[in-house]
Amino acid sequence: MADAAIEISGLTKAFGSNRVLRGIDMTLARGEITVLMGANGAGKSTLVKVICGVHPADGGEIVLSGAPFAPRNPIEAIRAGVVTVHQNINDGVIPDLDVASNLLLDSLAEPGAGFFLKGREIRARAREVAASMGLEVDVRRPVRELQLADRQLVAIARAMARKPELLILDEPTSSLSAVEAERLFALLERLRAQGVAILYISHRTSDIRRLADRIYAMRDGAIVGHFAEKPLDYEAAVTAMLGQGLEEIRLDNRPPGPPVLELEGLVLAPGARPIDLTVHQDEVLAVTGLVGAGKTRLAAVLYGLEAPLSGTMRLGGAPYRPTSPRAAIDAGVFLCAKDRGSNGVLHDHALDRNMSVPFLERFSRLSFVRTRAEARAGREIIDQLGIVCQSEKDDIATLSGGNQQKVMVGRWLGQPSRVLILDEPFQGVDIKARRDIGAKIRETAEGRATIVMAAEMDEVLEIADRIVVLSDHSVAGDHRNESLDLKLVLAQVAGQAGAPEAGAAGAGAAGISGATP
Amino acid sequence: MNAMQDSAATATGSGDSAGGNTGGNTTVAGRRSATDLAIRYGFLTLLAGLLVFFSVFTEGFFSPFSAVFIFQSVAITGILALGVTFTLVVDGFDLSIGSTATSALMLSAYMMVVLEQGAVVAVLACLLMGAFIGLVNGLLIVKTRVPDLLATLGMMFLLIGLQRIPTEGRSISTGMVLPSGEKANGVFDPAFLWLGRHKFDFIIPKLIPVSVVIFVIVAVLVWVFLEKTRHGRLMYAIGSNARAAALAGTNVNRYKILAYIFSGVLASVGGILLSARLGRGDIASGNNLLLDSVAAALIGFAVLGAAKPNAFGTAIGALFVGILLQGLTMMNAPYYTQDFVKGVVLVVALVFTFVLTGRRAGAHH
Repeated sequence: MADAAIEISGLTKAFGSNRVLRGIDMTLARGEITVLMGANGAGKSTLVKVICGVHPADGGEIVLSGAPFAPRNPIEAIRAGVVTVHQNINDGVIPDLDVASNLLLDSLAEPGAGFFLKGREIRARAREVAASMGLEVDVRRPVRELQLADRQLVAIARAMARKPELLILDEPTSSLSAVEAERLFALLERLRAQGVAILYISHRTSDIRRLADRIYAMRDGAIVGHFAEKPLDYEAAVTAMLGQGLEEIRLDNRPPGPPVLELEGLVLAPGARPIDLTVHQDEVLAVTGLVGAGKTRLAAVLYGLEAPLSGTMRLGGAPYRPTSPRAAIDAGVFLCAKDRGSNGVLHDHALDRNMSVPFLERFSRLSFVRTRAEARAGREIIDQLGIVCQSEKDDIATLSGGNQQKVMVGRWLGQPSRVLILDEPFQGVDIKARRDIGAKIRETAEGRATIVMAAEMDEVLEIADRIVVLSDHSVAGDHRNESLDLKLVLAQVAGQAGAPEAGAAGAGAAGISGATP
Repeated sequence: MNAMQDSAATATGSGDSAGGNTGGNTTVAGRRSATDLAIRYGFLTLLAGLLVFFSVFTEGFFSPFSAVFIFQSVAITGILALGVTFTLVVDGFDLSIGSTATSALMLSAYMMVVLEQGAVVAVLACLLMGAFIGLVNGLLIVKTRVPDLLATLGMMFLLIGLQRIPTEGRSISTGMVLPSGEKANGVFDPAFLWLGRHKFDFIIPKLIPVSVVIFVIVAVLVWVFLEKTRHGRLMYAIGSNARAAALAGTNVNRYKILAYIFSGVLASVGGILLSARLGRGDIASGNNLLLDSVAAALIGFAVLGAAKPNAFGTAIGALFVGILLQGLTMMNAPYYTQDFVKGVVLVVALVFTFVLTGRRAGAHH
């Protein structure tokens, strides 16, 4: 604790009469990764915004390397050595510029940087920066061609080019898969060793377990728990953050019903092994795998957004080949898409209107929308999922992330379906909301087949009766959740296991290593 | 940039940020109410104030005839504005409405004067042309993915040229000499001229022009369609988040094309009414139709704090501009101040919409 990069004491912040921060005391030490936990709406983001100069503080003080620090805008904060990598990866990079320009953007934007660009010099410096970060990309490639994880690393590398005292990361892994996240962790560990103070905000339990040297738990605008003794008491931190303990998840073993969806010889990508898969009624099937393993592709095929290269699908025994989402919905196959911000939320629309969109036909007579029936259906879902709001007429933007996600899931739970596909339904929600959503999905699973796409293993284990691992657009494993060899699953996720036939019987787990538990 | 705003709206607006949902809303609602009232009723209050001002200071402004004159002057731009409202709702834009209207003006004159057809054929031809132009606009935007502004800008230039080709750039009237050397002997059908010149009795004889009746009917129909039917709802959903709407099973392309077709048809209705009022195919008419109607639709954003395109707002917006111009004309303000005043009103309305409500900015974070 002696070597504190930043000391915060008594920090307060209110919006109107809404006190968002009620006296925060926090110390971030050099060479340590401090994790900040808190449910959606606890005030984490506001705290970060105060530290990085977006909002001025109302009271309290911040001391940065021994000097008082009160940034009036983000530029001042950056100049003082506080650098933030925000949740939305594309906010941190400029997709149309090449990697080199992105890495050195800040020095280009600095006053007195010179009028003309010196291409060769920029690229040379960019290569240095990239090398020091362990980033292996061609600096001349436009960032938009990079994978999400590489973009993320570019954003962080860019931040590091300023040699910060304090690096703040706001949910950096929310769009990364386990292996991609691993690269990020390696980089963070290297930075920790270099003596940078890192403030890490995350909902992901595996991240926190992996990285944290110290945990602060936050609730209702105050620090409610501080954990520094090893081993860190993660459960206590969650309890503090939620104000109550989490119940153990007990998956009821439901026997699978008759087959609902049958995939035969489905080829998702050129050269990929055909997928044979049967999904049963009452069953919750989790499909896991890395980003790019084909989860979203599979969802797109099932939902009529893309055609498979070959193979057949049968729904309830009858041939099924949807040509549009409409056709899929009419056949009873629903998709709750990932990334609600761009694929789900209708901004400036009320909650009930957000939930009724796919089924407007059912809510209208002679094309006229029966708004009362719509509002009633909205209220039912709100009650059912425990969405925190004032009424079904609230604008969706007034809800916290977790509640918005509940609205998105509720949209598809409100009407009976034969197959419900949920692509990353727990993206960016806190653990409480995640448990709520998961419980509701399982509760309602009877009578339909449910497919949950998720990269995060904790989420998969919490919800699934059965787990299918995708790797390179092919099935790498198929397991029951009751008798699970986690190591094998992780090896299959990483693409290290043998033939797919190994599957549940998977004796081919010999050469497994390195997969993170 | 919107993160810099220290407003309560932003705090609750940005998903995961601290405003949260439980503690936040009550206080935010309390603070909002004053600005909320201003945002909701500000523009209508301004409109009422304007009416009072002109009634007091301008002789003859407060009379049924003056009211009818205002209505008549806004009817055509209002109809065009309702058309452009459709394209704004699906997050598009139609710059070709002005030239579609003048093309309809020229086509109707050509049908009757040169081809010697009756009113029904002339009207049908114009409506079909409008629908076809809208269809082409829609296909350009949806299928070839040309950005809406560019596609409709191209269409605008194309139509401005096209409407002059058959007559080699001359206006169309009975007795004109055609490029072939013949004389055009057709006349405007009286039934067609009725559309532009007849006035219905309403309390006072010969008070309400046909164009005003059509404007009101169109406004009501558009309002019902956009607010009450599922098609209108889905158009708004597309405008809000086209990808989300598509994933919810909406045929986004079809609705977008439909919006441009509505826009084209309504623009040609405007052109027909203009033609019927003028009684000749005047190539110089309708120059500021585009700007006036776009202004009306954008001013409509501010009415009742809607912060989005809407039929009621568009109609009020058209009326607002009409009242302002009529009042200024009766106060003998020089003609060139009118454009200036229109511009000021438009800018103020946009400030109303985008700064005070702050919603658009908050939504796209």
